[in-house]
Amino acid sequence: MSAPNTIRDTFFEECDELLEALTDGLSELEDGTATDDTVHAIFRAVHSIKGGAGAFSMDAIVAFAHAFETVLDLLREGKIVLDSGLLAVLQHSSDHLNNLVEDGRSGTNRADSGTTSILASLETYLGDTVKAGIDDQSDDFGFEAITFSLDEPIVTEEPGRTTFEIEFTPTADLLKNGHEPELLLDALADLGTVSVRVETASVPDLRKLDWQNLYLSWHLALETTADEDQIREVFEFVEDLCDLDIAELTKESAVFDIPTDADADLETDDTDTLPVQETKPRAAAPAKKTLRVDLDRVDRLVNVVGELIINQARISQLIDEAEISSSSGLPSELEAYQNLAREIQEGVMSIRAQPIKPLFQRMSRVVRETMMASNKKVRLLTDGEGTEIDKTVIERIADPLTHMIRNAVDHGIEPSEKRVAAGKDATGNIRLTATHRSGHVIISISDDGAGLNRAKILETAMSKGLVPQDAELSNSEIDNLLFLPGFSTAVEVSDLSGRGVGMDVVKNAITSLGGRMSITSAPGKGSTFSIVLPLTLAVLDGMIVQVADQTMVIPISSVLETIRPTVRDLDAIGTKNWMLRIRGLNVPIFDVATQLGLRAQPIDYKDQVLLLVEAEGLGQFALAVDDLSDQRQVVIKGLDGNYGAIPGISAATILGDGKIALILDPDTLTMSAKPGVHSPHMTTPKGEALHAASA
Amino acid sequence: MKTKVLAIDDSRTIRDLLRMSIEAAGFEFFDAVDGVDGIARYNEVKPDVVITDINMPNLDGFGVIDGIRTGTENQNVPILVLTTESAVTLKKRAREAGATGWIVKPFEDESLITVLKRVAGA
Repeated sequence: MSAPNTIRDTFFEECDELLEALTDGLSELEDGTATDDTVHAIFRAVHSIKGGAGAFSMDAIVAFAHAFETVLDLLREGKIVLDSGLLAVLQHSSDHLNNLVEDGRSGTNRADSGTTSILASLETYLGDTVKAGIDDQSDDFGFEAITFSLDEPIVTEEPGRTTFEIEFTPTADLLKNGHEPELLLDALADLGTVSVRVETASVPDLRKLDWQNLYLSWHLALETTADEDQIREVFEFVEDLCDLDIAELTKESAVFDIPTDADADLETDDTDTLPVQETKPRAAAPAKKTLRVDLDRVDRLVNVVGELIINQARISQLIDEAEISSSSGLPSELEAYQNLAREIQEGVMSIRAQPIKPLFQRMSRVVRETMMASNKKVRLLTDGEGTEIDKTVIERIADPLTHMIRNAVDHGIEPSEKRVAAGKDATGNIRLTATHRSGHVIISISDDGAGLNRAKILETAMSKGLVPQDAELSNSEIDNLLFLPGFSTAVEVSDLSGRGVGMDVVKNAITSLGGRMSITSAPGKGSTFSIVLPLTLAVLDGMIVQVADQTMVIPISSVLETIRPTVRDLDAIGTKNWMLRIRGLNVPIFDVATQLGLRAQPIDYKDQVLLLVEAEGLGQFALAVDDLSDQRQVVIKGLDGNYGAIPGISAATILGDGKIALILDPDTLTMSAKPGVHSPHMTTPKGEALHAASA
Repeated sequence: MKTKVLAIDDSRTIRDLLRMSIEAAGFEFFDAVDGVDGIARYNEVKPDVVITDINMPNLDGFGVIDGIRTGTENQNVPILVLTTESAVTLKKRAREAGATGWIVKPFEDESLITVLKRVAGA
């Protein structure tokens, strides 16, 4: 079957679903929540992958899936028993099948090298039982037994036409199995010239006639260039539904001369009165109705909806400016329009949203692989798999998450001996959770390992010159050193984490998605890495601010509080720097206009509005802006394509008045003015002040 | 009137492949996603020939054959099962269950159509 690319795409989409079902089923087996259908579902998943792969000549998948399926078949039939060893082999096989499918998709063969060892472990379950089973199967292969009558010469010496005499006596089941003798005779006629004589002696009296039975038999002479195998092929499907005798004759022996329509008088009558039973299938889950849509179309729609939001904002503003009286009904209609626009937007976004589950499933694979390579015992617990996130976000957090999970196994969880010595379970736990919280998705990775070794982190950072030798840092500041470029926690770079990717790359990846990262850690109890991500990459809730006569947007998600300071709230540090005193804490103030180079000097902070923000993990600081004007949803328009990455600016948007506004990025805003320093608190005098204040 | 073929398979890939080959050969194609859906579609479409997978959720291929052979009109309709070479016992079981013939996966367009024509005429 030559298969076009669209079907190939379908195949891989379907593989993803099947692999997900496979992983689910194996988890059920692992948790003991498996039902009778679980093993069947697992088997079907592997079987379907094999079936599809065969159509695309993906032999590596077919061969492996076949072995996998054979073991599952034994399990399903109760010929082997599920124990932890078999479960491990099945999980490993599932991972490998996943890799093979990935190879198939990308046209690579990276996973091939692993096949032999996994096949070997699968084959240990194909013990004697199966070999015996396979032998039984060939015995059961009923039609083989009568395939060849070897006493007949098969090859004719003369290359021309041969005549075969064929005796064809159907059993009663021939019709019941849906066969039509006439079609068989037609197929024979296609091979050459056929003469037919029908034997009607067994046809009973009409009143005794069973319409499902065929009382006829045929004597046929076929003059053909075909050989006996080709003739037998015609009868392939009816071989044990008939007595069949084929013999080669000399030409002169062909003597039949009977018209072929002799069987025409056996018109069966379907309108009999047999009771028709209702089929009552087992309780069936209704098939999920889905519609597959090209992603480009959805993205076009997302864009248009974005324009709609902008347009709606523009109309609102124009109506505002026109000062139309509220009795005109226009304001309330406008509000309805805004609500509808928002609903459309949410609807469109939800098309792009997908459950995070497949990503989590990949992570359990990552845990197993890392575990094997590092000789540790780790269990991955997941929660919130149904949480839905934008498809692009899911795709783009896959690599960072993989890296963090590897780190958690490799660095977070201690070796079993150490765990036992510390009075913990020998098997470490890594908990991967996803939840929705106020327009964001929070993914956290917690381990119950030893926690961060802060002394070592600080020592490393100092030895690499990332922090001054005399720096005094809070615990959370030390933890955040992990995110510095050039920092690698591994004392010995192990095979796993030492892939040239540091946590800084992970953090950048998250930041570029508009997300934030944080760490908490307790010695001896473990560490938690949290990622806060926007639900969508297309729209954000923004606070509209004025900065040096410009309108800018700051994501509401990063603003903790807005403050109009009085003189008493402000403390000068040195000649230029100011701190905001808030609830006993001193936080540094950054003037947005100066940071962006729009003003040479900060103006008096007491005339400004301060936005208390928290750069993830770096603690709080205040951003000074000239004024606040509004709070609204804005459509994000990326700048990267045109301007590259600009520190302090994450994107732009179009406001209701048609003007373009820059969207501020608080995390990088403080970086831009102080090259080489990643945090406002680390190496400045303020850093110490903050430390002192918060201690 | 075109010969109507009903294909019952839980794999979208296989359904798409069957559709492509079968429609190209001038048959009218219908499909169903599992055994239960298959029986329902059978009663609705009244096909001239049925192709069914064996391993399916809800109701497997044997169940489909049984359902058609015992509970529907035109119970002697030709039914072909989709099978893999590995599952040799399936052929025998399928025949005992009342299947007319089988199609071995992966199938060639040509042999698929030959088999269809052999059991359904057209």
